Amino acid sequence: MLSLAWLVPVFPLIGSIVTGFFGLRIGKDAVGKVACGSVALSFMTTLIILAGLVMLPEEHRIYEQVVFTWFASGDLVVDFGYQIDPLSMVMMMVVTGVGLIIHIYSIGYMHEEYSYYRFFAYMNLFMCSMLLLVMGNNFLLMFIGWEGVGMCSYFLIGYYFEKKSACDAGTKAFVVNRVGDFAFLLGIMYIFKEFKTIDFTSVFAAAPNTLIYGGEAVTLITLFLFIGATGKSAQIPLYTWLPDAMEGPTPVSALIHAATMVTAGVYMVARCNALFMLAPMSMMTVAFIGGGTAIFAATIGMAQNDIKRVLAYSTVSQIGYMFLACGVGAFTAGIFHLVTHAFFKACLFLGSGSVIHGLHGEQDIRKMGGLKKYQPVTYLTFLISTLAIAGIFPLSGFFSKDEILFHSLVDGNMILWGMGVSGAFITAFYMFRLVFLTFHGESRVDPHVHPHESPKVMTLPLVVLAGLAAAGGLLGIPLIKGAHLLHHWLEPVFSFDMKAALDASAQMMIKEGHHVPAWSHLLEKEEHGLAMEIGLMLLSLVIALSGITAAYFFYIKYPTLPDRIMQGQWGYELVKNKYQVDEFYDATIVNPAIEGSFFLWKTCDAQGVDGAVNGVAKTIAWFSDQARAFQSGFVRNYALFMVVGFIGFLIVVF
Amino acid sequence: MFLTLVTFLPLVAAGILAFIPKENEETIKQTALAFAVADFLLSLQLWADFDLTTHKMQFEFNVPWIETWGINYHVGIDGISLLLYIMTTFLTAISILASWEVKKYIKEYMMAMLALGTGMLGVFVALDFFLFYFFWEFQLVPMYIIIGVWGGPRRIYAAVKFFLYTAVGSLLMLVAIIWIYFIVQDKTGVYTTDLMYITQRLDIPLSTQKWLFMAFFMAFAIKVPMFPFHTWLPDAHVEAPTAGSVILAGVLLKMGTYGFLRFNLPLFPHASNEFLPLIAALSIIGIIYGALVSMVQEDLKKLIAYSSVSHLGFVMLGIFAFNHYGLEGALLQNLNHGLSTGALFLIVGMIYDRRHTRLIKEFGGLSKQMPKYAICFMIITFSSIGLPGLNGFVGEFLVLLGIFQVNLMYAALATSGVIFAACYMLWMFQRVMFQELKNPENMKLPDLNFRELVLLVPIIVLCFWIGLYPQPVIKTFDASVAHLVDQVNPKNFAPGGAVHAELKPGHAANGKSEVKE
Amino acid sequence: MIPLSHYLVLSAMLFSIGVLGVLVRRNAIVVFMCVEIMLNAVNISLIGFDNYTDQVNGQIFSFMVMCVAAAEVSVGLAIVIALFRNKPTVNLDEFNLMRW
Repeated sequence: MLSLAWLVPVFPLIGSIVTGFFGLRIGKDAVGKVACGSVALSFMTTLIILAGLVMLPEEHRIYEQVVFTWFASGDLVVDFGYQIDPLSMVMMMVVTGVGLIIHIYSIGYMHEEYSYYRFFAYMNLFMCSMLLLVMGNNFLLMFIGWEGVGMCSYFLIGYYFEKKSACDAGTKAFVVNRVGDFAFLLGIMYIFKEFKTIDFTSVFAAAPNTLIYGGEAVTLITLFLFIGATGKSAQIPLYTWLPDAMEGPTPVSALIHAATMVTAGVYMVARCNALFMLAPMSMMTVAFIGGGTAIFAATIGMAQNDIKRVLAYSTVSQIGYMFLACGVGAFTAGIFHLVTHAFFKACLFLGSGSVIHGLHGEQDIRKMGGLKKYQPVTYLTFLISTLAIAGIFPLSGFFSKDEILFHSLVDGNMILWGMGVSGAFITAFYMFRLVFLTFHGESRVDPHVHPHESPKVMTLPLVVLAGLAAAGGLLGIPLIKGAHLLHHWLEPVFSFDMKAALDASAQMMIKEGHHVPAWSHLLEKEEHGLAMEIGLMLLSLVIALSGITAAYFFYIKYPTLPDRIMQGQWGYELVKNKYQVDEFYDATIVNPAIEGSFFLWKTCDAQGVDGAVNGVAKTIAWFSDQARAFQSGFVRNYALFMVVGFIGFLIVVF
Repeated sequence: MFLTLVTFLPLVAAGILAFIPKENEETIKQTALAFAVADFLLSLQLWADFDLTTHKMQFEFNVPWIETWGINYHVGIDGISLLLYIMTTFLTAISILASWEVKKYIKEYMMAMLALGTGMLGVFVALDFFLFYFFWEFQLVPMYIIIGVWGGPRRIYAAVKFFLYTAVGSLLMLVAIIWIYFIVQDKTGVYTTDLMYITQRLDIPLSTQKWLFMAFFMAFAIKVPMFPFHTWLPDAHVEAPTAGSVILAGVLLKMGTYGFLRFNLPLFPHASNEFLPLIAALSIIGIIYGALVSMVQEDLKKLIAYSSVSHLGFVMLGIFAFNHYGLEGALLQNLNHGLSTGALFLIVGMIYDRRHTRLIKEFGGLSKQMPKYAICFMIITFSSIGLPGLNGFVGEFLVLLGIFQVNLMYAALATSGVIFAACYMLWMFQRVMFQELKNPENMKLPDLNFRELVLLVPIIVLCFWIGLYPQPVIKTFDASVAHLVDQVNPKNFAPGGAVHAELKPGHAANGKSEVKE
Repeated sequence: MIPLSHYLVLSAMLFSIGVLGVLVRRNAIVVFMCVEIMLNAVNISLIGFDNYTDQVNGQIFSFMVMCVAAAEVSVGLAIVIALFRNKPTVNLDEFNLMRW
């Protein structure tokens, strides 16, 4: 059953080719069916593979399938191979499952579009790339997927290519991602230099015996990889592309810029846990960048008025949580949050899409309000997901976020926990601000627009996702031993033997004649009482509720209050303008680059380099100019020169 | 003999064309195309018969030419030249098909193209200094004519600049060749210009190596072109007709990198190692500089020309990594650049045929009007950016991996090129193909016709093939590259600068190479 | 027997006349004839030397010169005619087409 793995990305690829090249010929209905059908086939194959994997004994739950050798040079061999293990299985389930739901939704959402087929071709291609990303058995195959999703994201953000802002956003996304890819590539090359292979299994197995704990090599490798992850997963300092990416159609935002692609960085870090565990400094960086992004993006989210942008900043912030978890070594928690986030954020985006659809393209929440009665299904699902993201018991977000906060305190420190908790408060606040402004209160909708509920093909996916968002927490029930399914399932991937690694490092250091530092404290594990865990849970629940209450207070009870308070506050202006980060990048990187390039071209190249070349030519021409005075063109002059020359010759000779 | 036949077939075809009356334009074009395609197919036969296991020259043919001076007509092909050779025949056929719409002097044009074909093919197979030099100069003439007669408004300036610039380098190379000729005579008592003979026996001190290296370097660096010898390229590209640009980018530039592989590295391994920092620095400057300058270009062709400077920087960097990955990556990148940049020039040529302008600001929103064109352009754009799955990536990665083994800083700086590549290509693509279709002149542009699709589709197929399954291509390089790695490995020459102390025979063949510094 | 010096003096005088004519005359035809005079001066000295050394090489060479001269006449006159067609004059001062 596992040998079917190679088929999983193939279905969407075929779907993409069919819809892309024959889309106009086969008609809209067929395009929708082909696109969704191919993803559905993928999903079903994934289920079969899951069954196959479950049937294997726990310690053997890894299956590699090499389809062919992609390329080989010297001792570098890169296989086009798949690796199915619990981690990639989780990702495959999320990608195909959520992907299928969003594809179905798209049939309804995109129905009025002329180039419907183009949309689905890109979406299917995206599915294919994303599956390659999560299924690849080596870093380069992952990189194919990594870049492939980047390219699809580029096209889908720029789907409305006649809008300049959409094109700009697409280009920006690709270029910013490339900054991350640049580091990712360096990381891969560094890995190859150290390990002479880039296969996941070999690298991770050899890591403890090859790299010294906390050494320069492993720190650089993991930092490079992490910079790559910040690009794709929109973390500080490379997050700026994600909010702009909202120029794409809403299903794209849901699939690519919320549920799957942007979490690829988290997947990558989790996948490389064996490397990251060896690099405490990188782990700290990951945790602080994650925590910092979580709170930073959340604050921006408080002041945005575009429904999708609020959600975009929320995504950035939530991914920050995942990195926070990975950074403190709680990879399971990170992946758990990835899964639940995929559910509720996809639901939120699709919900916002439904709202936009119902309002004929309006995205500004200041022109919404009171939509509850027009769009009951959308409202309900949106509310469930919002409660989930805010972390209200017993919805999925509560479990995953709480686990992250717990670990950030236990395995991290107070600062990280503080970041996480304040982020949680802000999240609850801005998400409910969004709900209240959109669905509650007085309607501020343009009187010419008549809001309506979306068709079934759109609401059904919403319901399914809301169900998942509500029940997703069952995957990881805390406190009770053995009830944390996900933890148990991912155990083989994330079981890292710290003691063995430290021993190996110590031996390597002795061999090289270095002093071995005292690492024994790293192995001490503090025991935490159940009481503390429950206490933290209650605390985060209280914080979430207070965030919601604050939002209620500001936007339902006293709707005029926010304006009065915020008027002229520099802090508010700063947050509303997204801390001016885009402007800062423009001023410090983009504009100098363009001006510098103009300088290079007009001054250095045209005048300097080419000037030197032409200067040589001109010098020669000048000498020739002097010489050509002799060429009068009169025959008799030439004859005279001949005679004079001849006489001169005679004089010299005799 | 077969190799000679394939090499000279285009020239023969040019001779045949001379007898066709110039009014029969269709016949002329069809004959030229038929011969070019036949030549391409014949060259594929070479690949089929090629022995992948040895680094030795194959299909060798060696007859005395000017015996008094020890000059032979010696041709042969190995893993380094084979695919460049095939790409030359391929691009010659493509260029001829791309020139279907040439209006004036079609007969002379086709003759020049075919003669150019022979000149370029000769460069890649010549195994004799004199013969090499002969072909090296020979191909300049038809190219000069193609730019000078069928080019754009400033064609004379560009053609003369192209010719003179290249000739200056070649003359230095000629001096070096004569020098080597006498050194060899001095050492062995034999007057010969045979490359194989000389490569095996040349044993010169480092100081002389350096001078000779510099002389060859000038010739090849101008051709590549490396920063700061690149300024002829944008002018030549902008003025050349489409097919001329395709050949220029696809083959002529490769002659420079090929020269480094065939002459500089094996002949002067010690000097090559000495000059590594200089060349790495120039390559890296080229990568970044070319990318930055192409970012702000207003003319499409100029943009692609500067991007060539950037791409060829990668190739040079790979060559001077002196290890298996770098060299194979460089060779692969040679092919990739030939394909993607060749295709980009075709694409720009197609839009130029329709609009008679190449200024980016004249376009915008073409995707809507020309969907087929948009798809082709898009694929080639991403291939040029180096998207994994398309051809550009594998070569680029191998080059970077190779240079990474040498020096982390070089690798980091060079890798930044991938960011800039995305910047200039996508920004250009956006301004040409996306955004609103505003310019009324663009609103009735016809989409690609059948002939244009026939031009682009093979290249696109090759792009995917090399991107997804480059093994057959890389395997072809393997043995020769392994041998070359051995030749330039500092372990294999004595401290005094003497080369080829002892080449371990088994070492070269097993494809493994030392990559540790 | 006429001594060699006579031949040579005559030859030198004719040659000088020719050179002077080429240098000072403007008419293309006259210049042209002066060139012929110079050639014939050379012929005289060739034959004079022949006579003096009792050989025939010089005579054969002088035939050669005559042939060249004849060929030159045809080409030269053709050029002059071509020039005259372009500009209705054969005044050499009017022609500096070769300038640069």
